[in-house]
Amino acid sequence: MNGADATYELRVAFKQAGVRMRIHRRSRLTPACEIGIRPPHWANASRAARAAGYRFSALWAEERGHSLLLTALLERAGEYVALRTRARIAAPSVPSISKEFPAADRPERHARDLLGLEFEGHPDPRRWTRHQAWGASEYPLRRRFPVIGAAAAGPTPPDLGYPCVAAQGAGVFEIPVGPVHAGIIEPGHFRFQAVGEDILNLEERLGYVHKGIEKIAEGRDPDGLARLAGRISGDSAVAHAWAACMAMERAAGVLPPPRGLALRAVLAERERVINHLWDIAAICNDVAFGFAYYQLGRLVEDWRRLNAAVFGHRLMLDVVVPGGLSTPLAGDAASRIVDQCAVTRREFESIWSILQENASLHDRLAATGVLAPQDAGDLGAVGFVGRASGHDFDVRRDAPYAPYDALEMNVPCLAFGDVAARARIRHDEILVSLDLIERLLASVPDGAVRNDFIVPRGESEGLGIVDGWRGEIVTFVRFAADGRIARFFPRDPSWLTWPALERLIHGNIVPDFPVCNKSVNGSYSGQDL
Amino acid sequence: MLRQLFKIQRVGLVTEAVVRDDAFELLGEEARRAIGRRFAGSLAIRQLDAGSCNGCELEIHALNNAYHDIERFGIHFVASPRHADLLLVTGPVSRHMEAALRRTYDAMPEPKLVLAAGACAVDGGEFGVSYASCGAVSNVIPVDGVIPGCPPTPWALLNGLLALVGRRESQPTRPL
Repeated sequence: MNGADATYELRVAFKQAGVRMRIHRRSRLTPACEIGIRPPHWANASRAARAAGYRFSALWAEERGHSLLLTALLERAGEYVALRTRARIAAPSVPSISKEFPAADRPERHARDLLGLEFEGHPDPRRWTRHQAWGASEYPLRRRFPVIGAAAAGPTPPDLGYPCVAAQGAGVFEIPVGPVHAGIIEPGHFRFQAVGEDILNLEERLGYVHKGIEKIAEGRDPDGLARLAGRISGDSAVAHAWAACMAMERAAGVLPPPRGLALRAVLAERERVINHLWDIAAICNDVAFGFAYYQLGRLVEDWRRLNAAVFGHRLMLDVVVPGGLSTPLAGDAASRIVDQCAVTRREFESIWSILQENASLHDRLAATGVLAPQDAGDLGAVGFVGRASGHDFDVRRDAPYAPYDALEMNVPCLAFGDVAARARIRHDEILVSLDLIERLLASVPDGAVRNDFIVPRGESEGLGIVDGWRGEIVTFVRFAADGRIARFFPRDPSWLTWPALERLIHGNIVPDFPVCNKSVNGSYSGQDL
Repeated sequence: MLRQLFKIQRVGLVTEAVVRDDAFELLGEEARRAIGRRFAGSLAIRQLDAGSCNGCELEIHALNNAYHDIERFGIHFVASPRHADLLLVTGPVSRHMEAALRRTYDAMPEPKLVLAAGACAVDGGEFGVSYASCGAVSNVIPVDGVIPGCPPTPWALLNGLLALVGRRESQPTRPL
């Protein structure tokens, strides 16, 4: 990995913009190249990076001695660069990069709410993750803030005073929806301004399921962190656990055995297939096409049952552990998985062809909820949301990690950006995943599935980047000198796709909101942390 | 359209396969009888995610798939707490959902039952009590029954429902 060469252009751009920087010869955040930036040059650096074609990936901060250390992870053509700067804790403030990178808007507000880091010139001064559980001048991720919070807090009041965007004019009305929704789904608030059925504006207000994941991660051991990571978003149990374990393994210099890595990919692709099948089912259900809902739901149940039989858990929770996997793939398990791929391919294709022929379904999905490629690029949308709007970034192909580094793979991409395209991408990805599972199992190495995880001696940090079924997951882990977790930041892809929903809903009608929302299917829990 | 009908015919009723799954079927039948006795044949559930990771919701959805199809036992999910006999709560109660949970509970007509489903709802699970989490559902509203598991399987969910509605007299319990 030669990060320094890959960022040559960026370094030249920085020099031309007068950015004072320090390139770390040995990046502590591989595969990213680590570049230290002096605080006054932070905004200049972000402008230069934006102009050079970099995409915003993640942003997090942490308390380090007498300062707050801020990291912004950017990516271009599969090369990651981690820009870092510091702010004195006495008056912590850095320039905002949200104007150059709109996707940094909420992550910056999250860092402000939890660490008290001010972002000068931020276009939106409102709180984001904070509701009423802690005060405006309290910062849960500061060392001195107790994990239990303020003593004798009493019941937490509802967050009534949040200043949502308002609209006025003849015939304009507002529809507040949530946090409690009408179905079996996660809580969040949506505020619509509408005229008749036409949506003028949608504003998301999330943070309702904020569970303090970053704070309660502190002090955990590696196994405990992997367990927590699996529960960031239950539908991404494998992907998040993998990203967390990868970060810990890089920090500790531990490598899982080849068999463990190959099987992690089998698990991750199974997770992708299950969630995509279920999403297509739910998209169809949201336009009242029950046939697809029940037929595809049947396949999902088949896959969950085989998960339970083969890996001991229907959602594959706690199977990915530091150093490898918790369960070997024994007996005829591999052949059962391969057999299921063949059956599913046949069944799924026959159901899909029926969906394709259904004119009323097509009428509801095509040209609905269009995310223009330009918007997807500005927002840095990843996963199937980006891939349905012309941005085909896929960590597995573009910044490959084992075992994907040894696999040729095709990444489906479309440019229409409507609900139909996001369903179609899922269809195509299911077929790719079935193929990947078969190829992985055809050549799965023998041997152990887990190596001992040896806790690093002294402080260390690591970055895990994997492609979950929603897209790129970035996880940062820092070990304290005692071998316990000092900082954990998991960036679910939903951080980059929720803003897309606000954009793609323009020009649609209120009754099409559920299907538009489902076609993006952001995780509430994964973004609220 | 014809192909759709052929597909439906060829797949047939997968629900019948579950009839051979004695445990689920026996549980379901027992639940149906209990619901017949206590709820005039129809148990209306309002599900509320009070802070879960969404894992429990995936398994609650699975109760409605063609294999389990729990509506055949008289159990169905409703959109409004005002229509509900039972509140099925998942997740540790995040402090940001605390007020919403209380209001949902208050909106239900008497008599009402509360079932806390999943390890987090039972005792806080992996998240426990913190500045952001109230932990167990029983720390916020009275709870009549609990279903352990992370997440509980569809079978465990049905079993937990039966354990609660099968009881003639239910006393609110606070597991913590």
